[in-house]
Amino acid sequence: MRARSYFVGAAFALLAAGMGHSALAEDIKIGEINSYSLLPSFTEPYRKGWQLAVEEINAAGGINGKKLVVVSKDDGGKPADAQTAANELVSSEGVAMLTGTFLSNIGLAVSDFANQKKVFFLAAEPLTDAVTWAKGNKYTFRLRPSNYMQAAMLVEAASKLPAKRWATIAPNYEYGQSAVAVFKKLMSEKRPDIQWVDEQWPPQGKIDAGPVVQAVAQANPEAILNVTFGPDLVKLVREGNTRGLFKGREVVSFLTGEPEYLDPLKDETPEGWIVTGYPWYSIKTPEHDAFLKAYQAKYNDYPRLGSIVGYQTIKAAAAILAKAGSTDTDKLIAAAEGISMPSPFGEITFRKIDHQSTLGAFVGKTAQKDGKGVMVDASYKKGSDYLPSDAEVEKLRPKD
Amino acid sequence: MAFYVVQFLTGLASAASLFLVASGLSIIFGVTRIVNFAHGAFYMIGAYIAFTLTERFSGAFGFWGGVVMAALAVALIGVLVEMVLLRRIYHAPELFQLLGTFGLTLMVEDLVVLIWGPDDLVGRRAPGFKGAVDFFGQNIPSYDLFLIVLGPVVLGILWLLFQRTRWGVLVRAATQDRDMVAALGVNQKWLFTSVFAVGVFLAALGGALQIPRDAVHHAMDLRIIVEVFVVVVIGGLGSIVGAFVAAVLVSELNAFGILIFPKISIILVFLVMAAVLIVRPWGLFGKPEAAARKTPGLSVNPWRPLTSNERLASLAALVIAALLPLFAGNYALTVGSEIAIFVIFAVSLHFLMSVGGLASFGHAAYFGLGAYGVAFLAKMAGLPMIVCLLLGPLLGCMGAAVFGFFAVQLSGVYFAMLTLAFAQIVWSIAFQWVSVTGGDNGILGVWPASWAASPSHFYWLALGVAALVTIALRIAVFSPFGYALRATRDSLLRSEAVGINAKRIQWTAFVIAGTTAGIGGALFAYLKGSVFPDNLGISLSVDALVMVLLGGVETVSGGVIGAIVYKALNIWLVSQTDLSKLVLGGFIVLIVVVFPKGIVGMLEMLAQRRRKSPPPGSSLLAKPIESAE
Repeated sequence: MRARSYFVGAAFALLAAGMGHSALAEDIKIGEINSYSLLPSFTEPYRKGWQLAVEEINAAGGINGKKLVVVSKDDGGKPADAQTAANELVSSEGVAMLTGTFLSNIGLAVSDFANQKKVFFLAAEPLTDAVTWAKGNKYTFRLRPSNYMQAAMLVEAASKLPAKRWATIAPNYEYGQSAVAVFKKLMSEKRPDIQWVDEQWPPQGKIDAGPVVQAVAQANPEAILNVTFGPDLVKLVREGNTRGLFKGREVVSFLTGEPEYLDPLKDETPEGWIVTGYPWYSIKTPEHDAFLKAYQAKYNDYPRLGSIVGYQTIKAAAAILAKAGSTDTDKLIAAAEGISMPSPFGEITFRKIDHQSTLGAFVGKTAQKDGKGVMVDASYKKGSDYLPSDAEVEKLRPKD
Repeated sequence: MAFYVVQFLTGLASAASLFLVASGLSIIFGVTRIVNFAHGAFYMIGAYIAFTLTERFSGAFGFWGGVVMAALAVALIGVLVEMVLLRRIYHAPELFQLLGTFGLTLMVEDLVVLIWGPDDLVGRRAPGFKGAVDFFGQNIPSYDLFLIVLGPVVLGILWLLFQRTRWGVLVRAATQDRDMVAALGVNQKWLFTSVFAVGVFLAALGGALQIPRDAVHHAMDLRIIVEVFVVVVIGGLGSIVGAFVAAVLVSELNAFGILIFPKISIILVFLVMAAVLIVRPWGLFGKPEAAARKTPGLSVNPWRPLTSNERLASLAALVIAALLPLFAGNYALTVGSEIAIFVIFAVSLHFLMSVGGLASFGHAAYFGLGAYGVAFLAKMAGLPMIVCLLLGPLLGCMGAAVFGFFAVQLSGVYFAMLTLAFAQIVWSIAFQWVSVTGGDNGILGVWPASWAASPSHFYWLALGVAALVTIALRIAVFSPFGYALRATRDSLLRSEAVGINAKRIQWTAFVIAGTTAGIGGALFAYLKGSVFPDNLGISLSVDALVMVLLGGVETVSGGVIGAIVYKALNIWLVSQTDLSKLVLGGFIVLIVVVFPKGIVGMLEMLAQRRRKSPPPGSSLLAKPIESAE
C-alpha cells in the first residue's frame, strides 16, 4: 500500500515536472529545491504539502488570474548540486523565484546564489540563524522559526525548572553547535546559577548511543538538553530508556515533538520531555482545521510538520507574487517586506528588518497514548515574541 | 570504577555489532579481492527484512527466527548478485568490481524507500533482552551483554569453520594465493559464491541484530560501510581475528575518547587507521600481499600516443565544444563548465590510478584543498581571481606532498585506505575548524571576477584549462617520467633493478595528481561561488573513482570520457527523475556487465576488431594478452 502511494506520488511529481516544461508563457513558475532523496521522511510530507497548496491556489483562480506552476528539483543533500538545480531553474526554466531547501548549508548556498544572481529566494526550512542574520542578504527570506527562536521558546520553559546542573547532547555540525550555543547563552542570562557539567557531540547520523548515554549519566546532570533528531534520536532514547538516563531528570529537546521524529518512537516515547513540535491532533483553530481537512481528504494521511512547511512556503510565495503583481525581483522584495498572510498556525508576517517570518512553533511535553508518542499541554508560541530587539538584529545583519 | 567497567562493556557491545559486519567484508575481500562497496547495502536490507518479519511474527520464536530468516534471505540475494553480476567481472581490471557494487548500493538506497516507505522504522526489542542488568548502580542493557557474548561466539564459529573444515582450508588457501588454488584444480566459481554468501549472511545478520537498538532507515548503509572498511584494514585484510581486535580497539577508544574529547567520534577511526598503517603497513594482523602474478603489461592494447588523425579528431572535438556558447543557453554552459572541471579532476586521478597503478580513495582531499585555497585567498587576503586561481591549487599540492609521502610507502588497498584516512582527516579539519573554514556552513561569496562572470566566459576558461591539463598529463604519460612510472606499476622489483627510484617516482606522480585535482577544485570554487566540506568528502572521492573506472582504467583517455558521461548523466537524471539513484545505479551495473573494460576500453576493443589488417610488427602486441588467472 505504502509502496503504491509512493509510486503514485512519484508519478504525480514527474507529471508536474513534465507540465512545467510545457507551461504556457502566461503561467507563473516557481522553482523549488529540496533534499528529496536524502531526507524522504521529511520531504515526502513536505512535497504533499506544497502540492496541496498549488492545487488550492489554482482552484481559487491562480495568482492574479495566472496559473501557478511549481518546478521541483532534488539536491541530494549537496550544496553544489543545489546550486546546479538553482541555476537550471533560473536559467532554463525561467522561474520567478526560488523556494525550498532543508539543510542549513544548502539554504546558505542557495541564498548566496540568489544574492549573486539577483533572484528572490524564500527559504523554507533551514534553521541556521546565519540565513537571516550573519549571512543574510536582501534577496533571501525565511519561513520557519530559526534556531534562535526555537531556543528562546524552549528556554522560556526550561528556565523555570529547578535544575541547576545541565548536560547537552547535540549532533556535531553547525545546527547542533549553534542550537547549543544559543540555548546556553539565553539560559545563562536568565539563570546565572546554572552549571554546564557535560557536553556530548556525536557525529550526525552515527551516534554510538551506549557510550554517550553512559558518559552523560556519569556527569550526573539534573537536566539534559538534546538536539539530536531522526535515527540518532531513536538510538539515544532507546539506550537512555534501558540505562535509566532519563529517570528523575528533566529533558529539553529541539524538534522532538514533530511527528517526523516523534512517531517512530512509538512505545519507547519518553514521558515529560519539553519539546518543540507540531501536535496536529490537538490544534483547534479554524485555520488549522481547514488545512487538516483538506490534507486528509487529498492524501488520506495525517500531516507532518514538513506538510505545513511545504504548504505555507508555496502559499507565502503566492501571496508575495500576488501582492507584487509582477515577477520582477525588486518588486517581489518590496512586496515581501512586511507582508502579512494567513497560515494554518494563524497570521504571520515577513519582517522587513531581517526577512524572517513570524511563524511560530508549539511547545509542549511528550507523553504516550495507546503506545504512540504525542505532545500534550502544547501551546503555540508566536515567532514575533521570541526574536531579539530590532537594535540587536541591526547589529547582527550585514548592511545590504 | 563501576562506571569504567560499564563503559568498557558498552564499548564491547558496539565492537560486536561492528565485528559481525566487518568479518563478512574481510572474508569476501580476502578470497575474491572484491572491494565490496555493497556490503553496507546488504547490512541495510538485512535490517529491513528483519523488521518486516519480526513485526509479522510475534514472540521469541518470531523474533529470533525472523532475524535468522532475514540474514538467510539476504544471503540468497547475495548469491544471486554474485552469480549474475560479479562472476562476469572477476577478470576485469582490479577495483572494477567496486564500480559494480557501487551501482548496486545506489539502487538499493532508492529501492528500500520504494518498498518500505520514507519513514524511519523502529522495530521490536528482543524478547528476553528488554531490560538492563544492575552493576553497582550502573545499568547495562541485557541486549548489550548478549552482543558481547555473540561477538566471540561468531569469531569462534568462524575459526572452527576455517580451521576444521575442508571448505575453510580452501578459503584460507585462496586468501593466501588464489592462483595456486585454481591451479590445483579447485572449482573457484563455487568457492567464491559460497564465500560471498557467508560474507553477506554476516552483514545481514549484523543489520538484523540492530533492530532492537537502532532505527531502520535508508541511509544505514553509508553510515556503516566506511567504518567497517576501516576496521577490516586496521585488522589486516582477510584476518578475522584482526577484524575482531580492530573492532574492539576502535569501539573502546571511542567509548573512552568521548569522555575527554566529546567531538572525537567524527574522526577517531580514521586517526587510528592512519596511525596503524604508517607503523604496520598491512594492518595489525595482516600479512604482506603475495606478489600478484600479473603479466607485465596489460591485458589490453599497449598504450601509444595519438596518431595524427586522432589528434585532428580531438582538436575538432575541442573546437566543437568551444563553439557551444554560440547555440547553448546559460544553464547548459554552466553544466558544461562543471563537466570540464570534473574532467580535470578525473584525469588527475586517472593519472595516479592508471599510469601509476595507485588507486586513491581520497582524491577529493586535493580537489577540496584547491577550492579552500582559493576561498582563503579570495575572502581573507582579497586577492584577484587570476592570482587565486594560480596560487589556490598550491594548497592541494602541499597536501599531496605531505600525505603522498606516507601513502606511497604502501600499495594496493592499503594505499587506498591510507589516502582515504588522510582525506577524512582533512575533511574533519574543514568541518570542525569553524572559525577559519566556517564549518559545514562553508565559505560563501567566492564569485568570479567580472571578466569571467558570464557563463560563456567561464565555460571557455574551464574548457581551456581542462584541455591544457589533459594535454599536459598525456605528454607526461609518454615522457621518460611516464615510462618510469608505468614501470613501477607493472613490476616494482624489475623497475628498481634497472635503477628507478620507485618511491620517489610514485611520490612525484602523487604530487602531480594532487596539484591537478587542486586546479579543478580552484575552478569549482569559482563556479559555485562557495566552498563546503563536501568538496573534500568521501562521496566526491567515490565519484572520481567511478568516473575513471567507467571510462576504463586501462586506457589513456578513460578519465576524460568517464567524467563526461558520468557527470552529464548524473546532472540530467537528478533533474529529470525522483529515482535518480535507482536509474543511475542500474545504468552503472549495466555498463559493468556489458563493458567490463570501461567505455573507452570497449571502444578500443571494437576498433581493434574492425581493423582488418593490422600493420605488421604490431600484430603480436595487439593481441590481447590474457592474464594468468
